[in-house]
Amino acid sequence: MSEFLSVTLDLLNGFLSTLQLFGLTLLFSLPLGLIICFGSMSRFKPLRWLVRTFVWIIRGTPLLLQLIIVYYGPGLIFNAGLLPRFSAALIAFVINYSCYFSEIYRGGIESIPKGQYEAGQVLGMTKTQIFFKVVLLQVIKVIVPPMSNEIITLVKDTSLARIIAVYEIIWSAQVYIKMEGLIWPLFYTGAFYLAFSGLLTLLFGYIEKKLSYFRS
Amino acid sequence: MAILEVKNLRKKFGKTEVLKGIDFTLEKGEVLSIIGSSGSGKTTLLRCLNFLETAEVGTISVNGEKIFDGEENKRYKEAEIRKNRLHFGLVFQNFNLFPQYNVLKNVSMAPTLMKMDSPENIEKHARALIERVGLTDRIDHYPCQLSGGQQQRVAIARALAMNPDILCFDEPTSALDPELTGEVLKVIQKLKSSDSTMIVVTHEMSFAKNISDKVIFMSDGIIEEYGTPEDVFCNPKSEKTKAFLNKSLEGIM
Repeated sequence: MSEFLSVTLDLLNGFLSTLQLFGLTLLFSLPLGLIICFGSMSRFKPLRWLVRTFVWIIRGTPLLLQLIIVYYGPGLIFNAGLLPRFSAALIAFVINYSCYFSEIYRGGIESIPKGQYEAGQVLGMTKTQIFFKVVLLQVIKVIVPPMSNEIITLVKDTSLARIIAVYEIIWSAQVYIKMEGLIWPLFYTGAFYLAFSGLLTLLFGYIEKKLSYFRS
Repeated sequence: MAILEVKNLRKKFGKTEVLKGIDFTLEKGEVLSIIGSSGSGKTTLLRCLNFLETAEVGTISVNGEKIFDGEENKRYKEAEIRKNRLHFGLVFQNFNLFPQYNVLKNVSMAPTLMKMDSPENIEKHARALIERVGLTDRIDHYPCQLSGGQQQRVAIARALAMNPDILCFDEPTSALDPELTGEVLKVIQKLKSSDSTMIVVTHEMSFAKNISDKVIFMSDGIIEEYGTPEDVFCNPKSEKTKAFLNKSLEGIM
């Protein structure tokens, strides 16, 4: 029993680091995604082209590879020093997820009928008023399901940070394999991911229900 | 003085000329119907008046004040356009209500954002307008809980809330089931008796004939026929008008 308890506490400690990576990634990539989204919808063609190419590269290559490049790349290419492991992982995650989020935002914004903008215009609203008072909540309603999908994927993707030796829950379980030859703590990590993504599922279900009072 | 004067309005989409020089005037309190087949430019004309499209050539004057001149159309700033378009209200074919707001908020939101009056007065005015279109018992409902006809009546109240000089309707009943068109047409009819100046693009011939002071028949981007309902419906001069009216009446026979 005391072994189970100490494993649980160790894994919990590792999971806190996982949650930190998760939370910080969301904190930065949610707004950055919106900026990338506006770039990819820009009427200025070179900018749109540049942003869309960038999104294509990020979405078209493995996150695992991106982690390695962000961590080792600066040293190999510019002979610069290595970033701290956690920061490197965070940067890679933020870039990767903002690109995915930007495409979800774009889909949401483009799904709003032109008539909604025109109705706002005819009533004399400014562009900003139309975006915040008319369009935004409708966009949020549309993007909640795909966003919840992506965010739940992020919970589990954090484990990829293991590849550049960031301390997180998988690491804390592997310590038991190396030190004590115990394999079950590694399997046990699944319960932590499962519990947390269950919590998120409930949260997004709640938001969806809150927004179900209207139909676009 | 005419409340609205449109001179030589021209509009192209790419190489297609949709409006080929439109001239007409409208007196205060008059109702003008615009009829014509699809693609004749009726809707584009309405959208030019509401600045949803920008004409290349021509002028639009309201109460003698020139609010649009094609020659200077690059000069107009967004704020100016916003101010000028408030002379007009527009009721869309597909209502375009804001789905996340209830009836009251749909009607009162724009005046509130524009700070047209105190919040209490805006709400009072909005409630009065909603009563006028007969939806007081639905004031807390959301658009998805209303029938198409009710939604369009809310849209009319919403347009009236901005106190436009001229209220425009873009085929207000085309998206409705036949049994729902009556209630919307009745509301428009009632507005006429309250002295509103209106422009109605419509396919409802009998309605156009009954409600209008003036009728325009458009074809291929020009005004083919212009006059009182009697002139246009009973004594059309142009062959195109005759052909169009014959076809529209065939449907009823």
